[in-house]
Amino acid sequence: MSSQKISLTINGESVEAEVEPRTLLIHFLREELNLTGSHIGCETSHCGACTVDLNGKSVKSCTVFAVQANGGELVTIEGLANGTEMHPLQEGFYEAHGLQCGYCTPGMLIRAYRLLQENPDPSDDEIRVGISGNLCRCTGYQNIVEAIRYAADKINQAEGAD
Amino acid sequence: MKPAPFQYERPKTIEGVLAVLNQYGEDSKILAGGQSLIAMMNTRALQPRVVIDINRVPALDTLAVEDDTLVIGALVRHSEVAGSPIVREANPLIAEAYPHLAHRPIRNRGTLVGNLAHADPASEMPAVMVVGEAVMTLRNHDNLRTVHAEDFFLGPFETAARPDELLTEIRIPVAPQEQGWGFREFSPRKGDFALASVATVMSVVDGKIASVRLACAGIGPCACRLADAEGILAGATPGEEAFAAAAAAAVATIDPQEDFHADAAYRRDLVGTLMRRALADAHGRCAA
Ligand SMILES: Cc1cc2nc3c(=O)[nH]c(=O)nc-3n(C[C@H](O)[C@H](O)[C@H](O)COP(=O)(O)OP(=O)(O)OC[C@H]3O[C@@H](n4cnc5c(N)ncnc54)[C@H](O)[C@@H]3O)c2cc1C
Ligand code: FES
Ligand code: FES
Repeated sequence: MSSQKISLTINGESVEAEVEPRTLLIHFLREELNLTGSHIGCETSHCGACTVDLNGKSVKSCTVFAVQANGGELVTIEGLANGTEMHPLQEGFYEAHGLQCGYCTPGMLIRAYRLLQENPDPSDDEIRVGISGNLCRCTGYQNIVEAIRYAADKINQAEGAD
Repeated sequence: MKPAPFQYERPKTIEGVLAVLNQYGEDSKILAGGQSLIAMMNTRALQPRVVIDINRVPALDTLAVEDDTLVIGALVRHSEVAGSPIVREANPLIAEAYPHLAHRPIRNRGTLVGNLAHADPASEMPAVMVVGEAVMTLRNHDNLRTVHAEDFFLGPFETAARPDELLTEIRIPVAPQEQGWGFREFSPRKGDFALASVATVMSVVDGKIASVRLACAGIGPCACRLADAEGILAGATPGEEAFAAAAAAAVATIDPQEDFHADAAYRRDLVGTLMRRALADAHGRCAA
């Protein structure tokens, strides 16, 4: 099938490419652009390993075709840190031991990144519901919730200090 | 590449969509939120020759109350319906059921209309639509027809929509102010498909149940209305006794499937319990 031209912004940079319509956004990111931070678990919208932020919303990039992201603005795990400075969420996962094998972690982080914008001061329950589209087979979630809590507190304190 | 190759069409108007549907019919599939369709294409359970992406048809994103009817277009995402003050006001039952439906990233893409067109037997929304007396608007290139929710769901993943038809919108009568509502569900993880769920609306006049509608989902091939239980409740004094009798009648009529999630006896038990609770919720919300 004929390829189509797409242009989009990924982590602040403009990207232009030609893709087959059947190319999934996750495959475009990983295989065409070498942005391998976002993982693939199930390819059926269940596990959340492939979660990215598209036009200000968390989506699973295994159930979006790359052509559908044309004109869009994308944030992936590669866009979270500020140079060498970790995002408060990354710091939280480090401090609170929010990961074991790390497979779910990029999806968790990028989902939590949007969650804290939707709800800057979530309760533990709201965090659990907020990340319920992301599965973790290792941690039992407790430390992930604490990591997100850590980041929320840190961001809120920094804003209070301004 | 996971999905098989396909021809990709992205019309900008409803007429454009209908023209492509007319040309390809069964060889084509409408792409709404993709949360079911793309997943099935990735496993190659489905290999449509033509995919018709309706995501850039602005005429399909209506969410409004028109003439005492709540209108929800084919492109309105789950998250928009779930968070909408218009919906909560016009039909609180829909708002009540939504926290049980999937997870945020899925709701950000998935649409209510796509969910109904997909007709998963475990989905909450067909039962909510049956209870809410929703009407489906179906269009093909030269015709528009409407189908009541009760006649729309025919079986697992099977609806009254024909291959050349687009479900353009659903229309739901605004619920009367005095009507109470209840929705209860059990699923092992919040947001997952229900093992069983029950939806109901009720109104009470002079201490008696004046009208009641009941349906369950997750039981059998598609959302089913619980007419026997409704019959027991009509005219009865609302309360634990009537609700228990109705629940017993419902449990006797349903024929739940057995699968690796739950056996039939367990599902029956769930329906009885969920129903008593949903009815009590609805009763508590009836304006005196
Ligand atoms: C992990 C997970 C959990 C979920 N949990 C739940 C849950 O608890 N409850 C629940 O109800 N659902 C659940 N879902 C399903 C979700 O609600 C889907 O969004 C929904 O089933 C399909 O909507 P969609 O817009 O994504 O449709 P698509 O996937 O785009 O389409 C689905 C089907 O409907 C057809 N179609 C779509 N729109 C139209 C139209 N306008 N006219 C005619 N045909 C059309 C398509 O051709 C396709 O065959 C879950 C999904 C996942 C992945
Ligand atoms: S790989 Fe996308 S949700 Fe699992
Ligand atoms: S850390 Fe291993 S899956 Fe989450």
